[in-house]
Amino acid sequence: MHQWTLPELGPGTVRPVVTAPDPVLSTRCREVPPQDPATVSLAADLMATMRVSPGCVGLAANQIGVGARVFCVDVTGHPKTRICHGAFVLVNPQLVSASRKERAREGCMSVPDFTGDVRRATRVVMAGYLPGTSQEVQITTDAFEARALQHEFDHIAGMLFLDRVAGAHAIHPRQTYQ
Amino acid sequence: MPALAVTVVGHDRPGIVAGVTGAIAQLGGNLEDSSMTLLRGHFAMTLIAAVPAPAAELSRRLEPLAEQGLFVSVVEVPAEQPVSTGVAALLSVHGADRPGIVSSATTAIARRGGNITDLATRLGPSMYVLTADVTFPPGTDVEQVADELAAAVAPLGVHATLLPADEDVL
Repeated sequence: MHQWTLPELGPGTVRPVVTAPDPVLSTRCREVPPQDPATVSLAADLMATMRVSPGCVGLAANQIGVGARVFCVDVTGHPKTRICHGAFVLVNPQLVSASRKERAREGCMSVPDFTGDVRRATRVVMAGYLPGTSQEVQITTDAFEARALQHEFDHIAGMLFLDRVAGAHAIHPRQTYQ
Repeated sequence: MPALAVTVVGHDRPGIVAGVTGAIAQLGGNLEDSSMTLLRGHFAMTLIAAVPAPAAELSRRLEPLAEQGLFVSVVEVPAEQPVSTGVAALLSVHGADRPGIVSSATTAIARRGGNITDLATRLGPSMYVLTADVTFPPGTDVEQVADELAAAVAPLGVHATLLPADEDVL
């Protein structure tokens, strides 16, 4: 798959990250035209905001206050990553298949207070459009990139990891290590 | 052998679990189900133990803990067999904290015969989260209950999700 870089999308603007309980995070996002300059600009802003956020491996449009079915992901260099497609943005994504669920703990920039144990598929096929093109791509991935894709895919459906936790005691205060 | 329910709540410090379970062990008791956690800095423990001694004897042995400022309660309870058949689901409710979130959500669940078997709430600096394991009567349409639940909590401005629980047996 073509790997997008910031110069191709434009520099983008770092936008404030919205935190729960903002209703934009609980609202299903709408589809947008992939070739629309506003979509390309949104993609650039997502990448720019992800880049400056320490530890951030993905960001959905509604996390910067825009209710569009667009998200970016970059799990490059993460120790749990196996298959890696680098940094990319997906527009109007569809989940094609998901299998082999595993439980792992995850956090979210929009939920600064908590982490949670979530069961997610470790093999995922997701389709979508690259911003600025009419080209549909299909991503087949595994492990941490699969988890990141599903986390972002949930965001644009108006769901947080809090909605998918693995049990009554699967939410934990976020630790601050010194 | 009588089943004793032991509850201990108080200022957290190292050694509370060791002190309680040590007293049970010294009486030849067997610790069965338990739940122990920190609740806003207070250590809270509830357990059921099969103990070959009356509740008053275990209470007497736990007096040193009570003297250190811990609330301690020991009562005899009838033996129960855990029964949980039906449709398992996971409830999640989150939003800005305000009174009535838990009562609204659990009332909607109870209205459809849902039995809450485990529940935890967390209050963070900016939001409140409730998560619970629920068992509904066989044949319950979880999606329909989820819609009712969403309508019940909507006036509070919080978001509720009810999803069927994964029950893979490997």
